[in-house]
Amino acid sequence: MEGWDPNTKSTLTQIPLLTTKSGPRDGAAWTVRLKEEYKSLIAYTQMNKSNDNDWFRISASNPEGTRWTGKCWYVYNLLKYEFDLQFDIPVTYPSTAPELELPQLDGKTQKMYRGGKICLTVHFKPLWAKNCPRFGIAHALCLGLAPWLAAEIPILVDSGMIKHKDDATSSTES
Amino acid sequence: MEIELNDLIADLQSLNQSLPDPSLRDAFHKIQSRVEHIADLVRAEPVRRSKVKDMSAEVVDSNPYSRLMALQRMGIVENYERIRNFSIAIVGVGGVGSVSAEMLTRCGIGRLLLYDYDKVELANMNRLFFRPDQAGMTKTDAAVQTLSDINPDVVLESYTLNITTVDGFETFMSSLKNKSFSPDKQGNGVDLVLSCVDNYEARMAVNQACNELSQTWFESGVSEDAVSGHIQLLIPGETACFACAPPLVVASGIDERTLKREGVCAASLPTTMGVIAGLLIQNTLKFLLGFGQVSPYLGYNSLKDFFPTMQMKPNPQCSNAACLKRQGEYILAKPDRDAAAKAKLEAEGPSIEEGPLHDDNEWNISVVDDHEPDGTNTTSSDALPEGLTHELPTADEFQNPVTPEAPINDNDDIDELRRQLEAINSA
Repeated sequence: MEGWDPNTKSTLTQIPLLTTKSGPRDGAAWTVRLKEEYKSLIAYTQMNKSNDNDWFRISASNPEGTRWTGKCWYVYNLLKYEFDLQFDIPVTYPSTAPELELPQLDGKTQKMYRGGKICLTVHFKPLWAKNCPRFGIAHALCLGLAPWLAAEIPILVDSGMIKHKDDATSSTES
Repeated sequence: MEIELNDLIADLQSLNQSLPDPSLRDAFHKIQSRVEHIADLVRAEPVRRSKVKDMSAEVVDSNPYSRLMALQRMGIVENYERIRNFSIAIVGVGGVGSVSAEMLTRCGIGRLLLYDYDKVELANMNRLFFRPDQAGMTKTDAAVQTLSDINPDVVLESYTLNITTVDGFETFMSSLKNKSFSPDKQGNGVDLVLSCVDNYEARMAVNQACNELSQTWFESGVSEDAVSGHIQLLIPGETACFACAPPLVVASGIDERTLKREGVCAASLPTTMGVIAGLLIQNTLKFLLGFGQVSPYLGYNSLKDFFPTMQMKPNPQCSNAACLKRQGEYILAKPDRDAAAKAKLEAEGPSIEEGPLHDDNEWNISVVDDHEPDGTNTTSSDALPEGLTHELPTADEFQNPVTPEAPINDNDDIDELRRQLEAINSA
């Protein structure tokens, strides 16, 4: 964890860790894991809100809790850029991390696999593997998605690949 | 089209006869020969060959299997035609998978199952198999199109899905179990699974499925820098599974700023991919048809043309529960295996009378077995000088770390938790 900024580190220590190593095919054990996922997500979201650092919404879109959808946003130059966020829980979870997808950015950046899957290979997957099964969805967002947005969004905005929604509408009106 | 062209040729001929001005005749002949040339091209349009019922060894130009059946005459393969009974599942129809599928198709494999969720892109054209006009098609559809043209005898099944998702995985598992192609087969419906995927998640999914089904499979891979690759045979319980030896997790403290602009785009070369596909299918054929030796692991370093081989035993502490189950079964089956090996040895004929090799042995030289004694009497090598202890437990007696029983609150209702999250989300 050397090299991570102190903010992320202190946030991380406050996200509840998980204990159950079970995936979506493990029946009742998955329900136990899913409860832990919910608890850590609730704690993380609450913490973000109380620190005035709210930056995502995520909720399960099926009863089994294997598909998740929501939004995430990033503020750059005082403008808020918001994107759809989605991912599946892989069958080999939690041995393998969820592959976080931002479908609206598909094809706009090199740091992305097909289908809008953000690249987590270098900065996040080693951490995930070493901390299996203690990390969950909340950790993937905190250590996987947040730094990716911080690194990519400014470049995408500066290079004109993405436009703020106000600019986009005004340019189409004119 | 052909009929219309024939009519045109006839019209031209009749016109030629009634042509008044001989000076135009040369130009007219030119037009006539061009039309005939086009007609020839049309007649030469690809004709799909019809299916072949039995593989024949007859040496004629029209026999698609004569060169393959010649393997029998050369004494390499005992019964080549057996290949039509085999089913192979290829997961990932990319640079390695598509070429592997073509090789097996040309070899006349019985049935191929293809899995991929990607589409063909122009960025794939530096590799073999796919054609630019197939860009935009799913890789599975494009592969079926080409492969069924090459050899209509092969039964092709294509699955456009992602095997790492829950639904995709269930379909993957049931397709491997389906025995409709050869109902008498023992075990699963396929003889071998070939993993030709490009990421860790998909490999772990194939590993999970094959461990659960006790299905032998081959893993293959080409490095991101396109200059090396490997193939690996995985027999659940007998050899290391893909989770037995996890990839070296590098403790990399990374600065966000260093993360910016490397790009995810991996390099690839048609050559390296072709070599790996060739190694993979060569070993597949050896495995299926029972000739030569199947490599448990074969690496390929193209920079030095170095081909390392090795063998990996399963890890008794593997994190995959299905792998541990298969390991247990493999150990239990040892007496049967030994008996079978002995029977085979005896069937190969009584060994030649073992007389003394040399009549005199002036120096009392004797040959000593250099195999390590099995099991119990290995303590000598384990003995440590006084005062030292092993930090890690010995591999074979792994104890689960005592995890503090997490107080599982049955009061926690999953719906209640979901409502709580929704409440915070909408607050």
